[in-house]
Amino acid sequence: MGFKTDYARVHGSGSAGEGAHHWWSQRMTSVALIPLTLLFIVPFGRALGSGHDAFVATYSNLWHALVAILFIIAVFAHLQQGLQTVLEDYVPNKAARTVSLLANTLLCWAFGVAGVLSVASVLFSA
Amino acid sequence: MADVNRGNRPLSPHLQIYRLPLAAISSILNRITGVGMTLAAVLIIWWFAAGAFGAGYFDFVDGLLTSILGHLVLIGSLAALWYHMLNSIRHLIWDTGRMMGVEIVEKTTYVVFAGTVILTLLTIIII
Repeated sequence: MGFKTDYARVHGSGSAGEGAHHWWSQRMTSVALIPLTLLFIVPFGRALGSGHDAFVATYSNLWHALVAILFIIAVFAHLQQGLQTVLEDYVPNKAARTVSLLANTLLCWAFGVAGVLSVASVLFSA
Repeated sequence: MADVNRGNRPLSPHLQIYRLPLAAISSILNRITGVGMTLAAVLIIWWFAAGAFGAGYFDFVDGLLTSILGHLVLIGSLAALWYHMLNSIRHLIWDTGRMMGVEIVEKTTYVVFAGTVILTLLTIIII
């Protein structure tokens, strides 16, 4: 206890060690994903299975490329946050938890950036 | 004196014998759908990367995603997507302190379940 104020004792507490930041950040990506998913899903579904020309035609369009890139960023930010919460809940071993959290963050960045680069390269090479 | 009956006492109901209430099922389903969609996310990135790489490789990946198994995974993920979105909208409403009574939660759970089925079918028809 000592001389710490109540605020100082709880500051940075929580499973992620950073208070409410993670919770709030996850709400922001959730809200962003509502319109982005609705905008992404139809052009994606129509391009799926329609051949490479249709794929290039869809994603060389600036609007569709923008929607796809924003969607991919929001998805992998949200996926990283969600999987982090699940790992923190279900992996009790400290070492396994640290390693799995690290892998989660790195893989989400890798797949997210790969997706953004892929869409951008279709947009700029068409 | 030590408790001679230690380890052999009746336990409170736990997950194996306890039928999960509706709210618990809808709650854990949000996690299951969220984690489950990881596969679809990775597949879709693979599809985009293949499309950027070239027509030949794209046809291979596109063919895998539109095979019977691919369709099974993607339509399952589509249902998971709508469930996760509808249930998370409910969570966002709960975050403001609204609609948290037992009866209203039960009602909105059925709305989420029905909405998932309707939106999944609707998306398949539109696409």
